[in-house]
Amino acid sequence: MDVLFEYLLRLGDDRLVLGHRLSEWCGHGPVLEEDIALANVALDLIGQASRFLGLAGRVEGKGRDEDALAYFRDVIDYRNVKLVELPNGDFGRTIVRQFLFDAWSVLLLERLQQATHAELAGIAAKACKEARYHVRHSGEWVLRLGDGTEESHRRAQTALDELWPYTGEMLAADEVDRAAAGAVAPGVAALEPAWREVVSDVVRRATLTLPADGFMHSGGRQGRHTEHLGHLLDEMQILARSHPGATW
Amino acid sequence: MAAAANEPDHASDQWPLWEVFTQAKDGAPHEHAGSVHAPDPELALQNARDVYARRGQVVSLWVVPSSAIIASSPGEQGPFFDPADDKPYRHPQFYRTPRGVRVY
Repeated sequence: MDVLFEYLLRLGDDRLVLGHRLSEWCGHGPVLEEDIALANVALDLIGQASRFLGLAGRVEGKGRDEDALAYFRDVIDYRNVKLVELPNGDFGRTIVRQFLFDAWSVLLLERLQQATHAELAGIAAKACKEARYHVRHSGEWVLRLGDGTEESHRRAQTALDELWPYTGEMLAADEVDRAAAGAVAPGVAALEPAWREVVSDVVRRATLTLPADGFMHSGGRQGRHTEHLGHLLDEMQILARSHPGATW
Repeated sequence: MAAAANEPDHASDQWPLWEVFTQAKDGAPHEHAGSVHAPDPELALQNARDVYARRGQVVSLWVVPSSAIIASSPGEQGPFFDPADDKPYRHPQFYRTPRGVRVY
Protein backbone atom coordinates (compact mmCIF):
# COMPACT_ATOMS: atom_id res chain seq x y z
CA MET A 1 0.00 0.00 0.00
CA ASP A 2 1.32 3.41 -0.97
CA VAL A 3 0.98 5.59 2.11
CA LEU A 4 1.01 8.88 0.21
CA PHE A 5 -1.70 7.67 -2.19
CA GLU A 6 -3.92 6.53 0.68
CA TYR A 7 -3.31 9.75 2.55
CA LEU A 8 -4.23 11.88 -0.49
CA LEU A 9 -7.41 9.86 -1.03
CA ARG A 10 -8.45 10.72 2.51
CA LEU A 11 -7.84 14.40 1.96
CA GLY A 12 -9.66 14.34 -1.36
CA ASP A 13 -12.60 12.15 -0.37
CA ASP A 14 -13.43 14.11 2.82
CA ARG A 15 -13.75 17.25 0.74
CA LEU A 16 -15.46 15.70 -2.27
CA VAL A 17 -18.19 14.04 -0.21
CA LEU A 18 -18.76 17.06 2.05
CA GLY A 19 -18.74 19.37 -0.97
CA HIS A 20 -21.37 17.21 -2.66
CA ARG A 21 -23.50 17.15 0.48
CA LEU A 22 -23.35 20.93 0.75
CA SER A 23 -24.21 21.32 -2.93
CA GLU A 24 -27.54 19.65 -2.15
CA TRP A 25 -28.50 22.92 -0.44
CA CYS A 26 -28.19 24.80 -3.73
CA GLY A 27 -31.60 26.33 -4.38
CA HIS A 28 -32.86 25.24 -0.95
CA GLY A 29 -30.95 27.57 1.40
CA PRO A 30 -32.89 29.31 4.15
CA VAL A 31 -32.26 32.69 2.52
CA LEU A 32 -30.74 33.66 -0.82
CA GLU A 33 -27.49 34.95 0.70
CA GLU A 34 -26.90 31.78 2.73
CA ASP A 35 -27.78 29.65 -0.27
CA ILE A 36 -24.96 31.37 -2.17
CA ALA A 37 -22.60 31.07 0.80
CA LEU A 38 -23.18 27.32 1.13
CA ALA A 39 -22.73 26.82 -2.61
CA ASN A 40 -19.46 28.80 -2.46
CA VAL A 41 -18.13 26.59 0.32
CA ALA A 42 -19.26 23.50 -1.62
CA LEU A 43 -17.37 24.69 -4.70
CA ASP A 44 -14.24 25.42 -2.65
CA LEU A 45 -14.34 21.91 -1.19
CA ILE A 46 -14.87 20.25 -4.56
CA GLY A 47 -12.00 22.32 -5.97
CA GLN A 48 -9.75 21.15 -3.14
CA ALA A 49 -10.87 17.57 -3.72
CA SER A 50 -10.05 17.89 -7.40
CA ARG A 51 -6.48 18.96 -6.61
CA PHE A 52 -5.88 16.34 -3.91
CA LEU A 53 -7.33 13.54 -6.06
CA GLY A 54 -5.44 14.76 -9.12
CA LEU A 55 -2.21 14.47 -7.18
CA ALA A 56 -3.31 11.08 -5.81
CA GLY A 57 -3.78 9.82 -9.36
CA ARG A 58 -0.30 10.97 -10.39
CA VAL A 59 1.25 9.46 -7.27
CA GLU A 60 -0.51 6.16 -8.00
CA GLY A 61 0.84 6.20 -11.55
CA LYS A 62 -1.84 4.00 -13.10
CA GLY A 63 -3.30 6.62 -15.38
CA ARG A 64 -6.26 7.55 -13.17
CA ASP A 65 -7.03 11.25 -13.01
CA GLU A 66 -9.24 13.06 -10.47
CA ASP A 67 -12.39 12.30 -12.46
CA ALA A 68 -11.59 8.60 -12.63
CA LEU A 69 -11.05 8.56 -8.87
CA ALA A 70 -14.19 10.55 -8.12
CA TYR A 71 -16.60 8.84 -10.49
CA PHE A 72 -15.35 5.30 -10.94
CA ARG A 73 -14.66 4.14 -7.40
CA ASP A 74 -17.32 2.41 -5.31
CA VAL A 75 -18.29 2.94 -1.69
CA ILE A 76 -15.74 0.46 -0.38
CA ASP A 77 -12.93 2.41 -2.06
CA TYR A 78 -13.89 5.74 -0.56
CA ARG A 79 -11.71 6.90 2.33
CA ASN A 80 -13.70 9.81 3.83
CA VAL A 81 -14.74 10.01 7.47
CA LYS A 82 -18.38 9.11 8.11
CA LEU A 83 -19.13 12.57 9.47
CA VAL A 84 -19.12 14.13 6.00
CA GLU A 85 -21.40 11.57 4.34
CA LEU A 86 -24.24 11.94 6.85
CA PRO A 87 -27.42 13.51 5.43
CA ASN A 88 -27.72 17.29 5.78
CA GLY A 89 -30.75 17.26 8.08
CA ASP A 90 -31.90 20.75 8.98
CA PHE A 91 -29.80 23.89 8.55
CA GLY A 92 -28.57 23.65 12.14
CA ARG A 93 -27.28 20.14 11.62
CA THR A 94 -25.57 21.12 8.37
CA ILE A 95 -23.88 24.06 10.09
CA VAL A 96 -22.76 22.10 13.15
CA ARG A 97 -21.31 19.35 10.96
CA GLN A 98 -19.58 21.98 8.85
CA PHE A 99 -18.09 23.69 11.89
CA LEU A 100 -16.78 20.45 13.40
CA PHE A 101 -15.13 19.64 10.07
CA ASP A 102 -13.89 23.16 9.25
CA ALA A 103 -12.23 23.61 12.65
CA TRP A 104 -10.31 20.39 12.05
CA SER A 105 -9.60 21.06 8.38
CA VAL A 106 -7.95 24.44 9.07
CA LEU A 107 -5.60 22.89 11.63
CA LEU A 108 -4.72 20.01 9.33
CA LEU A 109 -4.14 22.21 6.27
CA GLU A 110 -2.02 24.64 8.31
CA ARG A 111 0.32 21.81 9.21
CA LEU A 112 0.23 20.33 5.70
CA GLN A 113 1.67 23.56 4.34
CA GLN A 114 4.94 22.33 5.88
CA ALA A 115 4.64 18.89 4.30
CA THR A 116 7.83 17.49 2.82
CA HIS A 117 6.00 16.86 -0.46
CA ALA A 118 6.17 20.23 -2.22
CA GLU A 119 3.07 19.83 -4.36
CA LEU A 120 1.00 18.64 -1.41
CA ALA A 121 2.23 21.63 0.60
CA GLY A 122 1.23 23.96 -2.23
CA ILE A 123 -2.30 22.56 -2.50
CA ALA A 124 -2.66 22.79 1.28
CA ALA A 125 -1.57 26.42 1.31
CA LYS A 126 -4.24 27.40 -1.19
CA ALA A 127 -6.91 25.29 0.53
CA CYS A 128 -6.00 26.67 3.94
CA LYS A 129 -6.98 30.21 2.92
CA GLU A 130 -10.40 28.94 1.90
CA ALA A 131 -10.80 26.83 5.03
CA ARG A 132 -10.10 29.85 7.25
CA TYR A 133 -13.09 31.57 5.70
CA HIS A 134 -15.20 28.42 5.98
CA VAL A 135 -14.64 28.10 9.73
CA ARG A 136 -15.36 31.77 10.22
CA HIS A 137 -18.67 31.32 8.42
CA SER A 138 -19.77 28.10 10.11
CA GLY A 139 -18.44 29.23 13.51
CA GLU A 140 -20.39 32.50 13.40
CA TRP A 141 -23.50 30.54 12.52
CA VAL A 142 -23.04 28.12 15.42
CA LEU A 143 -22.88 31.14 17.75
CA ARG A 144 -26.09 32.57 16.33
CA LEU A 145 -28.02 29.31 16.32
CA GLY A 146 -26.85 28.24 19.77
CA ASP A 147 -27.37 31.65 21.32
CA GLY A 148 -30.45 32.40 19.23
CA THR A 149 -34.03 31.37 19.78
CA GLU A 150 -35.19 28.47 21.90
CA GLU A 151 -35.82 26.45 18.75
CA SER A 152 -32.47 27.22 17.09
CA HIS A 153 -30.67 26.36 20.34
CA ARG A 154 -32.52 23.07 20.61
CA ARG A 155 -31.78 22.13 17.01
CA ALA A 156 -28.09 23.06 17.29
CA GLN A 157 -27.69 21.11 20.54
CA THR A 158 -29.46 18.08 19.06
CA ALA A 159 -27.14 18.21 16.04
CA LEU A 160 -24.07 18.51 18.26
CA ASP A 161 -25.17 15.54 20.39
CA GLU A 162 -25.88 13.38 17.34
CA LEU A 163 -22.74 14.30 15.41
CA TRP A 164 -20.27 14.19 18.28
CA PRO A 165 -19.76 10.38 18.06
CA TYR A 166 -18.60 10.92 14.47
CA THR A 167 -15.80 13.34 15.36
CA GLY A 168 -13.42 10.78 16.81
CA GLU A 169 -12.64 9.44 13.37
CA MET A 170 -11.04 12.70 12.27
CA LEU A 171 -8.55 12.53 15.13
CA ALA A 172 -7.89 8.81 15.33
CA ALA A 173 -4.50 7.72 14.06
CA ASP A 174 -4.21 4.41 12.23
CA GLU A 175 -1.33 2.77 10.38
CA VAL A 176 -1.63 5.08 7.35
CA ASP A 177 -1.63 8.13 9.54
CA ARG A 178 1.28 6.88 11.62
CA ALA A 179 3.26 6.03 8.49
CA ALA A 180 2.47 9.43 7.01
CA ALA A 181 3.35 11.25 10.23
CA GLY A 182 6.83 12.60 9.87
CA ALA A 183 7.41 11.21 6.39
CA VAL A 184 4.59 13.04 4.61
CA ALA A 185 2.44 15.03 6.95
CA PRO A 186 1.70 15.74 10.58
CA GLY A 187 -0.17 13.04 12.50
CA VAL A 188 -3.84 13.77 13.05
CA ALA A 189 -3.65 12.86 16.74
CA ALA A 190 -1.45 15.92 17.29
CA LEU A 191 -4.32 18.13 16.14
CA GLU A 192 -6.70 17.07 18.89
CA PRO A 193 -5.80 19.57 21.66
CA ALA A 194 -6.05 22.56 19.30
CA TRP A 195 -9.27 21.25 17.74
CA ARG A 196 -10.86 20.76 21.14
CA GLU A 197 -9.86 24.26 22.14
CA VAL A 198 -11.46 25.85 19.06
CA VAL A 199 -14.61 23.75 19.27
CA SER A 200 -15.17 24.08 23.00
CA ASP A 201 -14.64 27.85 22.84
CA VAL A 202 -17.32 28.31 20.18
CA VAL A 203 -19.66 25.79 21.81
CA ARG A 204 -19.36 27.62 25.15
CA ARG A 205 -19.96 31.06 23.62
CA ALA A 206 -22.93 29.61 21.73
CA THR A 207 -24.38 28.58 25.14
CA LEU A 208 -24.35 24.95 23.95
CA THR A 209 -23.11 21.97 25.93
CA LEU A 210 -20.18 19.90 24.74
CA PRO A 211 -21.27 16.25 24.68
CA ALA A 212 -19.38 13.75 26.80
CA ASP A 213 -16.94 11.53 24.92
CA GLY A 214 -18.27 8.03 24.53
CA PHE A 215 -18.57 5.57 21.70
CA MET A 216 -16.94 6.90 18.54
CA HIS A 217 -17.80 5.65 15.06
CA SER A 218 -14.96 4.49 12.84
CA GLY A 219 -14.38 2.57 9.64
CA GLY A 220 -14.77 5.26 6.98
CA ARG A 221 -11.01 5.42 6.42
CA GLN A 222 -11.09 1.68 5.68
CA GLY A 223 -14.07 1.90 3.33
CA ARG A 224 -16.72 0.76 5.81
CA HIS A 225 -19.29 3.49 5.43
CA THR A 226 -22.82 4.30 6.56
CA GLU A 227 -25.66 3.37 4.23
CA HIS A 228 -25.87 7.02 3.19
CA LEU A 229 -22.69 7.16 1.11
CA GLY A 230 -23.97 4.71 -1.50
CA HIS A 231 -26.98 6.89 -2.26
CA LEU A 232 -24.79 9.97 -2.46
CA LEU A 233 -22.38 8.30 -4.89
CA ASP A 234 -25.27 6.99 -7.02
CA GLU A 235 -26.39 10.52 -7.64
CA MET A 236 -22.91 12.00 -7.99
CA GLN A 237 -21.61 9.33 -10.36
CA ILE A 238 -24.63 8.58 -12.55
CA LEU A 239 -23.78 11.02 -15.33
CA ALA A 240 -20.12 10.08 -15.62
CA ARG A 241 -20.97 6.38 -15.56
CA SER A 242 -23.83 6.64 -18.05
CA HIS A 243 -21.79 8.73 -20.46
CA PRO A 244 -18.11 7.94 -19.89
CA GLY A 245 -15.85 10.65 -21.23
CA ALA A 246 -18.72 13.10 -21.74
CA THR A 247 -17.67 16.74 -22.09
CA TRP A 248 -19.65 19.97 -22.06
CA MET B 1 -33.52 56.30 14.95
CA ALA B 2 -31.31 54.51 12.47
CA ALA B 3 -30.48 51.59 14.78
CA ALA B 4 -34.10 50.84 15.57
CA ALA B 5 -35.04 51.10 11.92
CA ASN B 6 -32.46 48.41 11.18
CA GLU B 7 -33.86 45.89 13.64
CA PRO B 8 -35.29 42.70 12.07
CA ASP B 9 -38.63 43.37 10.50
CA HIS B 10 -40.62 40.48 11.96
CA ALA B 11 -43.75 41.56 10.15
CA SER B 12 -42.20 40.73 6.80
CA ASP B 13 -39.97 37.97 8.21
CA GLN B 14 -37.05 39.54 6.41
CA TRP B 15 -33.59 40.31 7.73
CA PRO B 16 -32.55 43.96 7.53
CA LEU B 17 -31.05 45.25 4.32
CA TRP B 18 -27.42 46.39 4.00
CA GLU B 19 -25.79 48.36 1.19
CA VAL B 20 -22.52 46.91 -0.01
CA PHE B 21 -19.50 48.93 -1.18
CA THR B 22 -16.44 47.28 -2.72
CA GLN B 23 -12.95 48.63 -3.27
CA ALA B 24 -11.08 47.19 -6.23
CA LYS B 25 -7.58 48.23 -5.13
CA ASP B 26 -5.84 50.26 -2.44
CA GLY B 27 -6.57 53.94 -2.85
CA ALA B 28 -9.53 53.42 -5.18
CA PRO B 29 -12.92 54.62 -3.97
CA HIS B 30 -15.38 52.19 -2.42
CA GLU B 31 -18.14 51.87 -4.96
CA HIS B 32 -21.71 50.74 -4.45
CA ALA B 33 -22.04 47.11 -5.56
CA GLY B 34 -25.57 46.23 -4.43
CA SER B 35 -27.28 45.06 -1.26
CA VAL B 36 -27.70 41.97 0.93
CA HIS B 37 -29.99 40.87 3.73
CA ALA B 38 -28.33 39.89 7.01
CA PRO B 39 -29.26 39.72 10.71
CA ASP B 40 -26.17 41.57 11.98
CA PRO B 41 -22.96 43.35 10.87
CA GLU B 42 -20.66 40.29 10.84
CA LEU B 43 -23.04 38.23 8.70
CA ALA B 44 -23.71 41.24 6.49
CA LEU B 45 -19.98 41.36 5.81
CA GLN B 46 -19.85 37.62 5.12
CA ASN B 47 -22.89 37.72 2.84
CA ALA B 48 -21.45 40.70 0.99
CA ARG B 49 -18.21 38.79 0.54
CA ASP B 50 -20.06 35.75 -0.81
CA VAL B 51 -22.33 37.68 -3.15
CA TYR B 52 -20.10 40.49 -4.42
CA ALA B 53 -16.46 39.75 -3.68
CA ARG B 54 -15.92 36.13 -4.59
CA ARG B 55 -15.28 36.51 -8.28
CA GLY B 56 -14.12 40.06 -8.80
CA GLN B 57 -11.01 41.75 -7.53
CA VAL B 58 -11.90 43.22 -4.14
CA VAL B 59 -9.48 44.33 -1.41
CA SER B 60 -11.95 45.94 0.97
CA LEU B 61 -15.67 45.79 1.74
CA TRP B 62 -18.03 48.16 3.49
CA VAL B 63 -21.53 47.27 4.57
CA VAL B 64 -23.87 50.00 5.71
CA PRO B 65 -27.40 49.58 7.08
CA SER B 66 -29.67 50.68 4.25
CA SER B 67 -31.69 52.60 6.80
CA ALA B 68 -28.64 54.83 7.38
CA ILE B 69 -28.73 56.10 3.80
CA ILE B 70 -30.25 59.57 3.48
CA ALA B 71 -31.71 59.78 0.00
CA SER B 72 -33.05 62.67 -2.02
CA SER B 73 -36.70 62.45 -2.88
CA PRO B 74 -37.67 61.43 -6.41
CA GLY B 75 -40.29 64.19 -6.33
CA GLU B 76 -37.59 66.77 -5.90
CA GLN B 77 -35.79 65.85 -9.08
CA GLY B 78 -36.68 69.08 -10.80
CA PRO B 79 -35.62 71.63 -8.20
CA PHE B 80 -32.72 69.47 -6.96
CA PHE B 81 -31.09 68.47 -10.19
CA ASP B 82 -32.27 70.86 -12.87
CA PRO B 83 -29.28 71.04 -15.17
CA ALA B 84 -29.77 74.78 -15.64
CA ASP B 85 -29.32 74.60 -19.38
CA ASP B 86 -30.40 78.20 -19.55
CA LYS B 87 -27.33 79.18 -17.55
CA PRO B 88 -24.52 78.17 -19.90
CA TYR B 89 -21.88 79.92 -17.81
CA ARG B 90 -22.20 77.04 -15.33
CA HIS B 91 -20.72 74.69 -17.88
CA PRO B 92 -17.00 74.92 -18.44
CA GLN B 93 -17.56 74.70 -22.20
CA PHE B 94 -18.91 78.23 -22.01
CA TYR B 95 -15.47 79.65 -21.50
CA ARG B 96 -13.18 80.06 -24.44
CA THR B 97 -9.58 79.11 -23.91
CA PRO B 98 -7.45 82.23 -24.12
CA ARG B 99 -4.69 82.23 -26.68
CA GLY B 100 -1.36 81.14 -25.31
CA VAL B 101 -2.88 78.70 -22.83
CA ARG B 102 -2.06 75.08 -23.46
CA VAL B 103 -5.10 72.86 -23.72
CA TYR B 104 -4.75 69.45 -22.10
